[in-house]
Amino acid sequence: MFGRLTIEALPFYSAIAAGGAAITVLGALAVIGLITYLRAWRLVLFEWVSSLDHKKIGIMYVVLALVMLMRGFIDAAMMRSQQAIAFRSEGYLPAEHFDQIFTSHGTIMIFFMAMPFLSGLINHIMPQQIGARDVAFPFMNAISLWLTAAGAGLVLISLVIGKFSTAGWSGYPPYSGIEYNPGVGVDYWLWAVLIAGVGSTMSGINFLVTILKRRAPGMHLFRMPLFTWTVLVTSILMIFAFPALTVACALLALDRTFGTHFFTNAMGGNMMHYINLFWLWGHPEVYILILPAFGVFSEVVATFSQKRLFGYTSLVLATMAIGILSFTVWLHHFFTMGSSADVNSFFGIMTTIIAVPTGESIRLATNDVSRPDHLQTADALHDWFPRHFRYRRPFRSAAGATPRRLCDA
Amino acid sequence: MMIVIVPVFIMAALFTWRYRGTNRNARYMPNLAYYWPAEILIWGVPAGIIFWLSFHLWDGTHRLDPYKALDPGVPPLQVEAVAQDWKWLFIYPEQNIAVVNELVFPAGRPLALRITSDTVMNSFIIPALGGQIYAMAGMQTRLHLLADGPGEFWGRNVQYSGRGFADQKFRAVATATTDEFEVWVAKVRASPQTLDASAYDQLAKPSVKVPVTYYSGVESDLFDKIIAKWREGGVSHHHRVTETEHAR
Repeated sequence: MFGRLTIEALPFYSAIAAGGAAITVLGALAVIGLITYLRAWRLVLFEWVSSLDHKKIGIMYVVLALVMLMRGFIDAAMMRSQQAIAFRSEGYLPAEHFDQIFTSHGTIMIFFMAMPFLSGLINHIMPQQIGARDVAFPFMNAISLWLTAAGAGLVLISLVIGKFSTAGWSGYPPYSGIEYNPGVGVDYWLWAVLIAGVGSTMSGINFLVTILKRRAPGMHLFRMPLFTWTVLVTSILMIFAFPALTVACALLALDRTFGTHFFTNAMGGNMMHYINLFWLWGHPEVYILILPAFGVFSEVVATFSQKRLFGYTSLVLATMAIGILSFTVWLHHFFTMGSSADVNSFFGIMTTIIAVPTGESIRLATNDVSRPDHLQTADALHDWFPRHFRYRRPFRSAAGATPRRLCDA
Repeated sequence: MMIVIVPVFIMAALFTWRYRGTNRNARYMPNLAYYWPAEILIWGVPAGIIFWLSFHLWDGTHRLDPYKALDPGVPPLQVEAVAQDWKWLFIYPEQNIAVVNELVFPAGRPLALRITSDTVMNSFIIPALGGQIYAMAGMQTRLHLLADGPGEFWGRNVQYSGRGFADQKFRAVATATTDEFEVWVAKVRASPQTLDASAYDQLAKPSVKVPVTYYSGVESDLFDKIIAKWREGGVSHHHRVTETEHAR
């Protein structure tokens, strides 16, 4: 009935691994216990888990991100303490356990911390910024969330049953192939990334359609707040980049499960294709994560400086330029693979070119402060020191200003 | 790079202070959203820098292409490097010798490396001498290096490859003179061990912290045979890592 699953899969081989598993299981039990104690099952299941409300989904994304951030943080602390202790000694983590931790740390921080956090922020803010009641496909939105959560769940389960991948967050074959990694670890990694990746593709479609079709009357594209613009470009990147990751992982899963030879050493397999596909997603992913953050900076700095955003059109153009250029630089992750000097030069130059719009996004944010205006943050500080209350301009609570301004648009 | 970073840092601090809420002397222009000189500066300066960089990038990438022979006038020392779990095998075809985890060559004479892997992907590097290049099974990559003077450097695999990765290092020695190099070659030739097909199969099995090993003779065309093994529809080799070897 259990196939290859035996009692051996439980982490009794090491006290540290068993401790990690115990914390995971006890944490889950504590959450279940707390919900039961508070008699909150109805609330949790019917008001939150089954909710299609974009704001609630946004909050659940952020909660998921914070839970996974804790796990990622513990991983990081374990790795750093091992490195500190293991100078000319073995340290407290055996090599293979350390390898699992650095793989899970990278995987969690990209797929299950940064991505859900941004999806949550976008879900919560973007529909409000354009005056939409919800995203275009609320049910698909919930599916995206729970696919991402399922992927995160797989990573957590791997702590208790079986082992996680040791192949690093990028999972390069042939090391991640069945020949060199016959255990369940890479399969956990593959399915976690595949499932979450499909969720992200659907999120991208959802956000893009929402921005294009659900804007309030009068909300022309060039009246949209800058955060929404960055979400628009990020959505396009998600739609075009994530399928590359899904395909790479699916082919590797076929290699592992059905004995195909897409990325194996022998039988005509070629690991270089995986690396190309992976970074064809991986580099745009960098911008998927950073662009909405640029958008946040533009909104926050302008709002707290109490002025219009400086260089709005420039920023929109820069964001669009990044969106296009981000698909032309992926080879710079492996200049060392032995491509010709012409190919390496091309990708090298494209990589420097993308720095222009990227610098533009950052510099204009700085410039915004630099334009003559008054920093609202200073006002906020004075709120707590009432003797400085005399002002030429009406006082505004900085804390209240951000969300209000974001919604005003 | 400092041309860009330093002014940004100074401006960020200076303007934040100058235009703070309580400074009545600073002008407040809430509707200023476009100022063309700033736009030209913000796009123009980086574009100029990139334009200038692109020429250097194209030129440098071609000049320092790892596949390009360094000095066409001097015949380089040919060495074939094979990545294994978890060690490096260096074959000297002209000298008909092979060495594990030690690479010796005369300073001043270019070193022409052909690199492959007989296991997962590895990446070869001697940081003191040049950049890294991948080693992949069934394929050959190339790297040309040159030591200006004598010295002892470290080299290693920098692409994560499993349990023994941390110790997958080798010693690279640039000898002061050709004579010194020949003395070393004679020392290797004095080794009783030879690297025939069966000795190679034994060596290729996963092993950690392998000491420097000398082989006084090498199976003919061993390097090409290692590549060909993976090309010819290759049957899975018997030294693959098994489940037991991977359990801790």
